[in-house]
Amino acid sequence: MGLFILRRLLSALPTLLVIVTISFFLIRLAPGGPFDLERPLEAKVMENLRKIYQLDQPLWYQYWLYLSALMRGDLGPSFYFRDFSIAELFARGLPISMRLGFTALTLALIVGGTLGVIAAFRQNQPTDYAVVGLATFGITVPSFVVAPVLQIVFGLTLAWLPVGGWNDGAMRNTIMPTLTLALPQIAVIARLTRAAMIEVLRSNHVRTLRANGLPLSVIVRHTLRGAALPVVSYLGPAAAALLTGSIVVETIFGIPGVGRYFVEGALNRDYTLVMGTVVMIAVFVLFFNLLVDIVYALVDPRVRYE
Amino acid sequence: MSDLVASGAAPPSSAVKGRSLWADARSRLVRNRAALASMIVLALIALACLFGPAMTGHDYDQVYQDYTRTPASLSSFPKPDQVAPAVERIASRMRAKAEDIVVGPDSVRATLVTPRPLDERLLVYFERSDMFLPARVVDKAEEGRRVTVEAPFQKMHFYFGTDSNGRDLLTRTLIAGRVSLAIGVLATTVAILIGVLWGAAAGYLGGRVDAVMMRAVDVLYSLPFIFFVILLVVFFGRNFVLMFIAVGAVEWLDMARIVRGQTLSIKRQEYVQAAEAMGVETFGILRRHVIPNTLGPVVVYMTLLVPKVILLESFLSFLGLGVQEPMTSWGVLISEGAKNIQGAIYMLIWPSVFLTATLFCLNFIGDGLRDALDPKDR
Repeated sequence: MGLFILRRLLSALPTLLVIVTISFFLIRLAPGGPFDLERPLEAKVMENLRKIYQLDQPLWYQYWLYLSALMRGDLGPSFYFRDFSIAELFARGLPISMRLGFTALTLALIVGGTLGVIAAFRQNQPTDYAVVGLATFGITVPSFVVAPVLQIVFGLTLAWLPVGGWNDGAMRNTIMPTLTLALPQIAVIARLTRAAMIEVLRSNHVRTLRANGLPLSVIVRHTLRGAALPVVSYLGPAAAALLTGSIVVETIFGIPGVGRYFVEGALNRDYTLVMGTVVMIAVFVLFFNLLVDIVYALVDPRVRYE
Repeated sequence: MSDLVASGAAPPSSAVKGRSLWADARSRLVRNRAALASMIVLALIALACLFGPAMTGHDYDQVYQDYTRTPASLSSFPKPDQVAPAVERIASRMRAKAEDIVVGPDSVRATLVTPRPLDERLLVYFERSDMFLPARVVDKAEEGRRVTVEAPFQKMHFYFGTDSNGRDLLTRTLIAGRVSLAIGVLATTVAILIGVLWGAAAGYLGGRVDAVMMRAVDVLYSLPFIFFVILLVVFFGRNFVLMFIAVGAVEWLDMARIVRGQTLSIKRQEYVQAAEAMGVETFGILRRHVIPNTLGPVVVYMTLLVPKVILLESFLSFLGLGVQEPMTSWGVLISEGAKNIQGAIYMLIWPSVFLTATLFCLNFIGDGLRDALDPKDR
């Protein structure tokens, strides 16, 4: 197992390198630069700025500089948020995004999993249709519709919760963003659990359990493990996406997370911010995919890694 | 879904004749009530988006300055309580005072009082307003210092209300539907074309070519794809046509994997071996044997990809990176609605209803197709 993890970590490095390379040259191909303003800067000022940030060097040399800084764990200074380094921006925003994402994911796992199991046990009955309908609803209604509706209902009409803002992570401020983040995940997890569960319920060992008249709780325990695999493999990328922040949720609810940086960076040609975000997301994706493979081996004894 | 007894509509001879996969799938799909209802609703939405904008009586970019943010209503405009203030506004523009305003069912009658005789050419102000047709003079008194005019209403309907610029929301929602659906279908076509060709080639050629091609897919998979789309949009300068090519160019990865998996099993079939033995060239085998036989999962995936693309486009438009004004899409309208949520909630509701209904239908059709094409589920 240890060897497997080590090998996977090593094979992640070239993937990361390719991602960094593609992103680096793609963003540089885009027209415009980080210091373009409505009123152009004086030529001399522009020249000095470019010199400070080493943008006047040849592109391949800048690429080399970025890579070697990245090796040392240095993501560089932000071009747009002056006086901040990318690391500082992430140190501020990432805990916020991760907290929201983690809560949403836990909620989705509990609610979605339970709904899926219930639906599978009552396949083709009204409960099942209700769950499937709810799941389709959760998948189809985009979060930028859900969020304003929540704001109207709970923020304005009922005035139970603040419409937005972070307020140092007060519980009241996190409820609506968490719900918005969790809803589509609940839907997907419920669907996956239901489908996998139905498959497992048809298998021989479950039929034997049922034929022997074992109570429902025992059957659930025996089937959950088998049904967990598709959910686990979905959770990998989903966790990576949720923990690195959602631009829609963070924009609508005014949350100072890292979800916005990506689009802001691309629009402002903040090269280092874009690169930093890409690296961050890629690391999360690679890490969680590795985690999924490890959990696979724990859940399913048939999976072996040499 | 389990019995295959021919339905009443089928001729009795069909029991003898063998059924093709597609005929079988079609009959099973039609019996799936959710999928059938979805197809009908989707067809209605598509027809409405295609022909509706020509029938609403408004242009999608026509601005009615007198009707900004009017709520959705079935009755015609101008409303009686809007008329008097409008007449007063027009009168003050003519440096006159409006007295004895009488609002009738089809027209308004008012007396304009001015210190100097009224220049009748100024009555053109009535015409310029969005509420009235040309006004005519009914009665003149005090040497033209008291002029009674009558202006018929320019009757208009705003069934979905108007947006904050005073444009008819029904027309805009339908036009937006055109754009969203077109992007959905075209981007999906691009994605399917790339994905099917790539996957079939990788699967059929196998070996090192396969390894390299699928490795490329893996790498692209781990790129944050939203980032990819945003970068493409940034290059292409928010161009409508290029945007769905960009979306399609990103969304082909799943398709390539699915088709490759299918191709791997198809290429071991005897008919492929027979074709190889007879010396059919690679492209011919791909075209005649491999690709047609992968179509089942491709069709299912396609119906599920269209809503995904529509959602992605709405997301981009929501961020302000998508379709640009005065053109519009459901994402643009929803984001505008979200901004005007206080006071003009219908601006959020109508486009959301259309978008959600479309996505719902496409998902149900996709699920129904999957069930119908699944040979295990009989």
